[in-house]
Formats: sequence, structure tokens, C-alpha cells
Amino acid sequence: MATDPALARHLMDRLGYGPRSGDIAQIQKDGADRWLDRQLTPETLPLPAVLTARLNALTTTKLNAAEAFVTYGPPSVRQPGEPPLGGQNPEAAKAVVQNGRLLAAEAIDARISRALMSPRQLEERLVEFWFNHFNVFVNKGLDRLWIAAYENEAIRPHVFGKFRDLLTATAKHPAMLFYLDNWQNTAPDSPGARGNFKGLNENYARELMELHTLGVNGGYSQDDVVALARILTGWGYGGAGAGGGQQRQLGPIARRMLDQPDGLHRLARMARTFHFNPDRHDTGDKTLLGRIIKGRSGDSGIDEGEQALDMLARAPATAKHISFKLAQFFVADEPSPALVDAMAKTFHDTDGDIRAVMKTLVKHPSFRDPAAFGTRFKTPYHYVLSAARAADVPVRNVKPLFGTMAALGQPLYACQTPDGFKCTEAAWLNADSMTRRISFAIALGAGRLPLDLDPDFKGLRLRQLQQRPEPPTPVPAEAAIPISADKLIAAAGRRFSANTLAVVNEAAPTLKSGLLLGSPEFMRC
Amino acid sequence: MTLSRRSLLAQAGVLPLSAHAFAASAATPGRLIVVFLRGAVDGLNVVVPYSDHDYAIARPTIAIAPPGAVGGALDLDGTFGLHPSLASLMPLWTERKLAFVHAMGSPDPSRSHFDAQDNMETGTPGAKTTGDGWMNRLIGVLPAPHKVTDAIAFGPTMPRILSGKQPAGTVPNGRGAGAQTPLDRPLINAAFDRLYTGDDALSHAYRDGLAAHKQVVAELQGEMMQADNGAPSSAGFPSDAGRMATLMRQDPSLKLGFFALGGWDTHVNQGGADGQLDQRLKPLGDGLVALARDLGPVFDETVIVVMSEFGRTVHENGNRGTDHGHGNVMWVLGGRVAGGRVYGAWPGLALEQLYEGRDLAVTTDFRTALSAVLMHHLGVTSTQLAEIFPGHTPTSGDLSSLIAA
Repeated sequence: MATDPALARHLMDRLGYGPRSGDIAQIQKDGADRWLDRQLTPETLPLPAVLTARLNALTTTKLNAAEAFVTYGPPSVRQPGEPPLGGQNPEAAKAVVQNGRLLAAEAIDARISRALMSPRQLEERLVEFWFNHFNVFVNKGLDRLWIAAYENEAIRPHVFGKFRDLLTATAKHPAMLFYLDNWQNTAPDSPGARGNFKGLNENYARELMELHTLGVNGGYSQDDVVALARILTGWGYGGAGAGGGQQRQLGPIARRMLDQPDGLHRLARMARTFHFNPDRHDTGDKTLLGRIIKGRSGDSGIDEGEQALDMLARAPATAKHISFKLAQFFVADEPSPALVDAMAKTFHDTDGDIRAVMKTLVKHPSFRDPAAFGTRFKTPYHYVLSAARAADVPVRNVKPLFGTMAALGQPLYACQTPDGFKCTEAAWLNADSMTRRISFAIALGAGRLPLDLDPDFKGLRLRQLQQRPEPPTPVPAEAAIPISADKLIAAAGRRFSANTLAVVNEAAPTLKSGLLLGSPEFMRC
Repeated sequence: MTLSRRSLLAQAGVLPLSAHAFAASAATPGRLIVVFLRGAVDGLNVVVPYSDHDYAIARPTIAIAPPGAVGGALDLDGTFGLHPSLASLMPLWTERKLAFVHAMGSPDPSRSHFDAQDNMETGTPGAKTTGDGWMNRLIGVLPAPHKVTDAIAFGPTMPRILSGKQPAGTVPNGRGAGAQTPLDRPLINAAFDRLYTGDDALSHAYRDGLAAHKQVVAELQGEMMQADNGAPSSAGFPSDAGRMATLMRQDPSLKLGFFALGGWDTHVNQGGADGQLDQRLKPLGDGLVALARDLGPVFDETVIVVMSEFGRTVHENGNRGTDHGHGNVMWVLGGRVAGGRVYGAWPGLALEQLYEGRDLAVTTDFRTALSAVLMHHLGVTSTQLAEIFPGHTPTSGDLSSLIAA
């Protein structure tokens, strides 16, 4: 049975970043069920060569966390007098520092390129969701090195997997250990308590329950926060200065290892990978959420944390909290209790199988209700990506897209606080946001955004772009090629009202597509 | 959740505010600017209780030294001292234009940043279903009609505190504030106007946004814009504060302003006189001084309140930082503030005096402190106050004299 075009548009709008040219026709041809099956098993969808080539051209996004640290990390990892990792040549050393700035820029490039070009749209939406759920902030110290590694190692592999695996991967990733300070969390009177590692730090333990699992009303107390912090003492990473007791050894070893062919990679394995340090662990018994967690010493001290993660991942409050957040992200600001309950039941029955929970969501009547189609106010991230997809222009330079997200208050990877960005209309609809969205729509529609330039990361002052975003230098009017309004209307599906089409019809050619992209119908999905 | 027994005792003897006390200032136009420090600033290192014996003991590496010592606090009143990075504020203190309310906070026990901010922005601690912010309800009781430019928040999104049914506007941080956009061109403007003619949320937002944008562009025209070189979080505050001052000077109907500054969640390496907290306090202090200076004569009719969702633990943690706590300090400055004084009952820092054995107790409800400003400075009546902070019975204590008659 042919799929209703309105449903096809809804699927692209909600489970992806809106239709590109031909997407709606493809769903209609294949049928919604078959399209959904493929989205839920993304490995069945090959990436287009243009995207693969784009991702392969990036130099830093394939580094794991340890490699990124060893290659681009601060010089404190070296011994005094030791040359930087670029070698003795000052030019090469300078290049290392400059390339260090590439890390965040390339991570942004990879994420936006995938969102624009990958046929695995649901996977990209889930990466957005889960990264945001387990948010880390690119501008907090070392996390600038680890943003891509965190997404690639801790988030992407698990977005259709088990929640417990995702939780563990984030708990043990250096980006999270650093962001929420657990790498320094230490039992006060333990043998390893010294220097900056003198005592408990509750930061991660609190957010682990409040944001990552149970939810703020999930039934835990301040005593549980302290107990969980004690349980997680010693969860950190290895390497010099990381409190792993390896500081004195690493200097000479690093030098010797670097002389060997595979030295960098071997060294990387030691630096800033997850490491449980029993010397900093609190070996006493703890009571967490009414259950006694037996204190353990030596290497088995890590088992307490694993036990706690098991408890949190399987708690009914977690199933509910995660289901609510997913339903809010994909369906409605105030999702129906029936939907949330159905998803929470699947979560519980499948031991937190995210793919199964998503199946429940996409089949549920409240997701399929035509009255709800086109009613959600897009987040800035979604709005910018959907406009660029509908315009269907080649994007070699993502800076204007990232800059617009930042100007609208949603800079990719740069949410400072661990609760991540909100996804509701109340959070994003305000007077100023409308005029800014429209300014972007006009520039994009008129072909004046410099999207088809070579990416110029060297000049990308990321922090400035986030905090004081300013519009990019436009393409000169005489060189700009406006987006075809007819093609845009066909690509976006029949979402535009008669009034909008009438206004577009009477407008100047350079303004037509801007009006479509800046119309009320395009603000929603 | 109720206040601890100790803080209730501290408030004992406090009298309810009397309604007639405030009618006097009702005729004068008053303005209010709120600066919210998101992430919980460590108030004990901002207004330092150096004379409290337990303070330095609790903070072996991050305590601010007493006045007179190297890197020591700047003495305020023989009991409290100001963080040395806030030296630029001392002239305002000496002129009695700056006051503090210590051990101020929320009756709600949450140590979640997000819940606690929500509590302080809705003005209804513990009630999670409040849809609007207290500053939005405040617009509602100020003289009508209300335009979108009567209340302005700096930043890309509308903060909870100003959200609600009354109109309010946002202005971009930085130089974007006065920049022209394509919508300033008449043909483009006319075409988009036809898309947003309805009575729906998007059309309202569009029309409000355009009106606010036009007014801001006009008022900021010719302002000398300074570059700020992509500086860290609160570093852009002085220039944004200058823009707010310009807007307020130009537009007498702009009554309420709001800023949010981040980066105060100092769990690790907070530092004492130098360090992370110091680096964020300096531009905040400088920005407040710039705001006071640039407001010019308008400063006399303005009160600026600096607040944060909760304080931080009295004892430093294992990483030379502090964790989430409870009571904090509120800063109040303005031409009519009866300053040069630290208000509020001091609960003490001995272990048995602490909230839940770890945090500064709250002796002044944040709504009580704000109520004093609203009533005495903005002329809000006690009936109106019940709409702004429903369920709260203000008690004034020494705060009845916070605003000079």
C-alpha cells in the first residue's frame, strides 16, 4: 500500500532532519514500514561516497581519546626539556598546536555532514539525543580534545543497543570523567589521597542519578549522592598527572616508546584511558537506594560501581525518565502518558533495549496521529539542518550553519551544563529567535551563505563563534545563485499554506526561497 | 520542605511587612535589573565571613585571608570582607549604594542546579507546575500598557524568569545587538509581515521580535562598540552591561532587565584570591560598575540584584573546590539602596549550625529579600506581591530598611 505523503513527510521531519529532494517519494515508493525497518537497522543503509570521502578527509575525528590526548594534549604530559610530539623542529611543533584547534572544528564538521547527507537519519537523531542526554562541554579543558572520540566511542556504537552499555561507556569515558570531575573523586583517607586527589567529589554521582538515570524525582536523597560518590571513588584514567601512580614512570617510557614504530599508539593506551585506581577507592560498606553495597578492596573495588550502574540502569524510575525524554524529543513537548508507559514497559521488558523502545515509539498511535503532524517547533539545530537539507545545496563549509545554531542559542557540543539542551517550544520560541531564523532563511534562500567554500578551520575561533556569533561575510550578490523555489517546494513536501505560496508567488526571485524557509510552516515539524 | 529549626529561630522576632510602609515610593519610576549567576557561585568566598572562626578551618586551601593579609578580603564592616577581585565595587560600598543579604536562599532543599534555578525563577520553590517566571508576573502589575521592550533579557533565549503571558524581549549578546538584518529592508519586511498576520504564537513572536529589534537598533545606533576578542564566560559582561545601560537611558519604559552569567560551578581548583572564581568575579564586578556608571542619572531609580541558585559547601572538597550547598549571598545595588551594610541573620559556620551538617543555613528566603525591593522600590502592593510570589508571606526583619525611604 502506498504511503500517505503526509506520513512520509512526518517520518522525515521527526525521525530525521527533514526531507531532501526525493526523500518523500522514496518513502512512498518503499512503504513506511520498510523505511522504518531500515532506519532501525542502519547498517543496511550504505553511506554515499560523497559523505564517506568527506569523513575520510578529516584528520582528527578517527583518533581515540588516548591518541588525541597524546598527540594534541598539553605539554605537561612531557618531561621538562623533552621535545613536543611534533619533534625538534619548531615549525612542526607549531603545527601540532594549530592542528589541536582542528579537533572541535572537525567534530562539528563530521556531525553536521552526517546529519545533512547520511541516509541513516534516525541514527543521527539518536546520536544527537544521546550525546545531549550524556552531555559533555567542548570548552571545558581537556574535553576539547575528546569531543569526537566521546561521540564515536561512547555514544554512536550504542544508540540502538542496551542502555546499560551506553551508560557504562559514558561512565568510563575520559570526556565524562573529566567533565563531571569524577577522575579526581577520591576516598579522603585512602593511600592514594594526595595533591588534588584528597577527597570526595559529588558532581558526577549527583548528575548520574538526576540526569542520566533516575531523574530528579527518581527517589534518591543527598545520602544516596554521597554513597554513590564513595562507590565511584577511584574511577578515573591512567597516565601522567592523572593520579594513577604512573607519573614518575611515564617520562622515560614515553621517550623510549616514541622511538619505536608503533610507539605513539602504545603510549596512547596508557594515557587517559579508563583506569580504576584501588588506592583511591573507599573500601567501606555503602547504602545506596536502600541496598547495602559491600565495600571491596583491591581491583575488585570496581565491582561496586558496576553493581551501582546495574541498579540504576534497571530501576523503574530510569525506564520512565528515559522514555519520557525520548517521547518528548520525538513526539510532543507533553507526550501522552500512554506513550511513555508503553515505552517504559518495553524498556523494562527488554532490559533497556533502545531499538525496541524506539519501535514502540514509532508504532504508537500518538506518534502516528495526523493531527500532530507539523505541530512541533523545531529546535535551532533541527531548523538549521532541515533548511540546509531542503535547499539541497552542496555544503563544504559548515561554519555558517554552526554559527546560526550558536546565534540561536544551541551551539553544537557547547552546552556548558550537564542537563543538555532542551527540545521544547517554550525553550526556543521567543521574539528574537524568529527574526534571527528569518535572517538566516533569507541568506540561505538567496544563495548568499558561503557554504560552498573550502572549509577554513584555521581561522575558526570556535569560542568566539559560540559566545559572540556574528553573521558570516555573505557571498556577493552578483555571484549568488538563489535556491529554486519550485525545487524547494517539491523537496519539502506539501507543507506550505495557500497564503505562503501566494506571497512567494509575488515576491522577487531572490526572496522566494527565503520566504519558504522562513515561513511559519517551515518553523514547525 | 521547611527551613531548618535553626534558621526558623534566626528569623524569630521578625515582623510581617506592613502594607502602608511602601506606598511612599509608588509614584517614582523604578527599574530592576537581575543578574543571575548560573551554576551556584560560592557566596562564602564572595562576602567572606572572616571573623567566623570556622570559616578558615573549613577551607584550608581556598579560604580568603582576613583583611590586611596578602590577598586578603577587603573589609566591609569588621565582620565580613569582600573578595579582593571585587575591589572595583568598594567605592559603591563606601557611598552606601551597595548592600548584601547573607545566608539568603530558597526554602527548597534541592541541590540540583536546574531545579534550584527553576525555583528561583518561577518564584514558587517546590512547585514544579508553575508556568511563568516571577519577573513576568511583575510586568503584569506594573502600569499598562506593556510592550515587548519593557523587559529585556540579554542572550539568545528567553529565560524562565521572564517567560509568561506578558511581553518581554531578548537582545543578543555582543555586537549583534545593534546590527541591521535583512528584515530592515522594507520590501522584505512587507513580504514576511504577510506570513505572520495571525493570532498564533509564532506570529506574536515575529511581530514582537521585529518591534524590539527596530527599537534596539535605533537606540544603540552610534554607540561605540568595543571588540571583546572571544573572551571566556563572564568576560563579555561589562560590554553587555554598557548596552543595557544605553537602552535604559534611552527608553524610560524599559523597566526590567535580566542577565545570566555562567561558569560558577567550581567543583575543582576553585582557587582563593587567585584562580577560577577570581577570574569570573573580576569582570562581573567591573560590569556592575560600568552599569552603575553608564546608567548615569537612571542609576538613582534602578536597583540591581545579583543572585544564584544556591551556595556551595562550607568545607572545601577533595579537589580544592566546593560542592553544591544551600545558603548564599544576594547582592543589591542602586541609587536608593541603603547600602554599606550586610543584611540578614548570620547563622554561623560551626558544624551544628550548618544546614544538614554541611551547608550555610538559609535565614532569609530569597522571596523576602526580593519582596523588599519590589515593595519599597517598585511600589508593588502587598496584594500584587501575593500574585508575584503566591503562597509566600513576606517577613521583613532588617530588610524593611534595605531601600531608603
